[in-house]
Formats: sequence, C-alpha cells, structure tokens
Amino acid sequence: MARDSVAARAFREESGRAVATLIRVTGDFDLAEEAVQEAFIIALERWPHEGVPANPGAWITQVARNKAIDRIRREGVLRDKVAALERLEALHAEAEAGPGEQLGEIEDDRLRLIFTCCHPALGAEARVALTLRSLGGLSTAEIARAFLAGESAMAQRIVRAKRKIAANNIPYEVPVVEQMPERLPAVLATLYLIFNEGYLAASGEELVRTELSGEAIRLARILVAMLPRQPEARGLLALMMLTDARRTARLDRDGELVLLEDQDRSLWDAEQIAEGLELSREASAGGPAGPYTVQARIAAVHAEATSAKETDWDRIVRLYAWLVEIAPGPVVELNRAAAVAMRDGPEAGLELIEAIDGLDEYQPLHGARADLLSRLGRDKEAARAYERALSLNPNPVERRFLERRLISLR
Amino acid sequence: MQFMLALIAEERSWEEITPDEVKKNLAEMGQFNVQLTEAGAWVTGGGLQERATGTTVHYSDDEPLVTDGPFAETKEQLSGFWIVDVESLDDALAWAKKVPLQSGHIEIRPMVTGGKELLEKAERS
Repeated sequence: MARDSVAARAFREESGRAVATLIRVTGDFDLAEEAVQEAFIIALERWPHEGVPANPGAWITQVARNKAIDRIRREGVLRDKVAALERLEALHAEAEAGPGEQLGEIEDDRLRLIFTCCHPALGAEARVALTLRSLGGLSTAEIARAFLAGESAMAQRIVRAKRKIAANNIPYEVPVVEQMPERLPAVLATLYLIFNEGYLAASGEELVRTELSGEAIRLARILVAMLPRQPEARGLLALMMLTDARRTARLDRDGELVLLEDQDRSLWDAEQIAEGLELSREASAGGPAGPYTVQARIAAVHAEATSAKETDWDRIVRLYAWLVEIAPGPVVELNRAAAVAMRDGPEAGLELIEAIDGLDEYQPLHGARADLLSRLGRDKEAARAYERALSLNPNPVERRFLERRLISLR
Repeated sequence: MQFMLALIAEERSWEEITPDEVKKNLAEMGQFNVQLTEAGAWVTGGGLQERATGTTVHYSDDEPLVTDGPFAETKEQLSGFWIVDVESLDDALAWAKKVPLQSGHIEIRPMVTGGKELLEKAERS
C-alpha cells in the first residue's frame, strides 16, 4: 500500500480502532488484524469510485466484522467448534449493535488493547512492537525498519508476544483503579519509548519516524481522554507535545543536529507549545507530580523562553533536583549537571558530571563533558572526551555533530 | 485455566533456621493455602525437601542415568510449588504476590490444557 495515499492515512487512523473492537469480540489478534487488512483492501478498490463513506471507521469495522465472520465459517478448520460458535455469536451480536455504537465504546476498546499490549508480563521491546502493530496499524516491515531490526526477528517478537497473551489468557480489560499504579507506568513507558524512537534516532526513514512520534502522541491522547484522573498520562502527553514542537528546529537544512541553545525558536510549533503548556499545567494541578509531569514542566520552561540565555535555568535546576528525588538515576543526574552548567557555569556542571557513577559507556555523558571542557578552554581533554563519545556508537547525525565539534577544537 | 507457581529460592541450612521461624513460616504459608482454597483456586501444591534429598535421572540415547542431587548447581532452586485454577495471568499474579516471601522469586507458567493444544501449536508453526 502506497504510504502517502489517502487510504493509507485512513488506515493509520482507523485500523487501531477496528482491530481493537474485533480483538475484543473474537479474542484473536491475528483474525482481527487480517480481517481489518481485508477490509482496507476492499476500501482501496471501492472508495475511489464510490467515494469515501461518511464514517470511514465504522465502515471499515463493519466490513472487517463481516470478513471475520466469513473467515470463521470458511475455515471450518477451527477444531474447537464450540469456540467457533461462540465467536460467531459474539460477532453477530456486535453487528446488530453496529450503527448504534457510541464513540466512547470504540475508545474503550482501544484503551483495553493498550493495556493488553503493554502488560507488564511482556518485555519492553515486545510491548513496543505489539502496540505499533495492533494499535498503530504499522506493518511488521515498517516496525522493523524503524527499530533497525530484521523483519523476521521483529515478526518473531510479535508472534511470541501474541502467543504469550493467548497462553496466559491475559485479560482484555482496563485495570481497576487499584491496579493503575502498577499497570499505567508500563503503558506510559512504552508510549514514551515509541515517541523517542521517532524523535531522537536519526537513522531510518524519516517518514516512518515522524509517524512513530505521531502514533505515540495519538495513543497518549486516548489515555488522557479516557483516564482523566491520571495526571501522569497528561504529563506524558504534555512532554511529548512540548518536545515534538521542536522537531523542525532540531535538524538544520542539511539534516545536521542543532542543539537546543542554538535552535531557531521561530521554527517551534506555537500551536503544539500552547497545547503542551496547558496540558502541563493541568497535569501539575492533578496531584503529586510524577516523573513525566516534572519533565513536562522542564520542557515548558524551555518552551516559554525566547532564547537559551533568557531561560530560567534556576527553575530548571530546581525541577531536575525534584526529578532526581522522585525518579533517581544517573541519566537524570547528567541532565541536572547540564542545567547547573547553564546556571552556574561550566566548572560547576563539570564537577557534577565527574561525580556521576555508572554512565561510562553512555555516549551523551562524554559529549556533554567534552562540551563543558571546551568551554573551559581545556581543549586537549575536550578532544579526548569527544573521541570517547565517538567510540560509543552514536547514531549518524550525532556522529557528524561530534566530529564537527572535534574538528573545531584542532 | 491452570497455572503453576514455582517457588524458586535460596536454600538455607537447617543450622541457621530457628524453630520460631519454622513455626512462623508454617503459619503464614498455611494461611495463604487456606485463602487459595476458600477462593476455589487451590488445585495442589507443597514445599520440597532440601536439595540434598533430590535425585536426578538424565536421558540420552543410552539408558537413563540416575545421579545424586539436582542437575544444576545454582544458588536458587525449586523449593515448592502450587497449581492454581484461575481466570487469567492477572489472577495468578495477584496470588503470587500474596505468597509470604522475603526473598527469592516465583515463576508463573500456564499449564498445557490438553494434547489438542499442543497439536495445534505444532501445526501452526
């Protein structure tokens, strides 16, 4: 399917909905996905002559439902006749309820599916792949390309995850409120991984990457709409919006990395920023702030500043100190050190970086260290630090950035 | 559906275990088992005696070979198990979290329901 065609775009928008509904009814991931695929093939044939129906999503779900019924009938292969009959009955009941279907119910289906795909019993990579496949309508090949993995390995990963769900009867339902603290973080982490894969990594097809970030934002919107009492979902959406707003400014015309402090802020997406700021405020007001909300507030401080110089670095340092409290870890320490360097000067930042444990293999640490050393005029040490960063497998865009920095020192 | 909850823990020598500890453990585990039974989830289960009492049979093309003790020398090992009958992994997880344990871990595995299921898996792949 041509990725830029109208139908393909409709596919992205609608397939997650249709698949979610059919999985609920049939309890079968593969049957649901195949039926929805078939429905889209029919749409591709018909829509160009007959016009796009008023409600494309409902049309797709309806046709996919009929395809699923056909398939269950045709494939008398279902050895378990009772199960086959149960599925048929459920599909017919669903079809009769059809047009009266409330939008809320469809969103419920997608929400259930998000929680199933991001079940803590699945590995992080499997969650990402399954979420993109089932809810995002990305093909296995596209997911494999986005994560620089082989297609067959990716297919294996998805098959294994689906089998695990089936073998363990992992329920297709939104967890009760008491389970949320345990279940929601896995969902949020999965969406943030998908977002970052689309935002940070610079290799792979640009289009697929933009779609990954867009998909993560779309799914986070469902969470926010369906779980209004979970401020961290809102915080995550805010963080993604405020970060994604900078997407265009992050690379220059030649595709080279531009640091936050050097970005042309007129390129930032004002609409996304406005929405992100609003979401960030709402998330903060929703209760004790979790890590995504605090990160959103940091992004908000950047978004509100007219330049790196005019940024309220003191506020950012304080927010990072808070983040260290609630979500401790060396990467957070590194970010705090970078903020301290902006507020108190490179020496203070460097001192904090030198004290960080456990990031010796982390390329950004050496990049940040090199930058501070060069600001202090310690060029030889800076060069060594850039070389160390380069030895740690940066992605192509980062590599070119580090190399340019290194050359400028000589 | 049925799940096995396999209790994997480090074995402690009898010298370091006090009678009070034994009493406490028995009471706690007993209580947990009562809860399982009352909820209708209990199928079977029990604790295993120490590793040194175990025997292993190894299979190959030759005759089965019997040796003393368990196969692998790992610190943590199978120390007990439950078979529970519940709706889903989530229920099994909820029970596993209630097991009165201070260390070690519990491995949760769905049981094969019958030969038909295995046959289907083999045919699918």
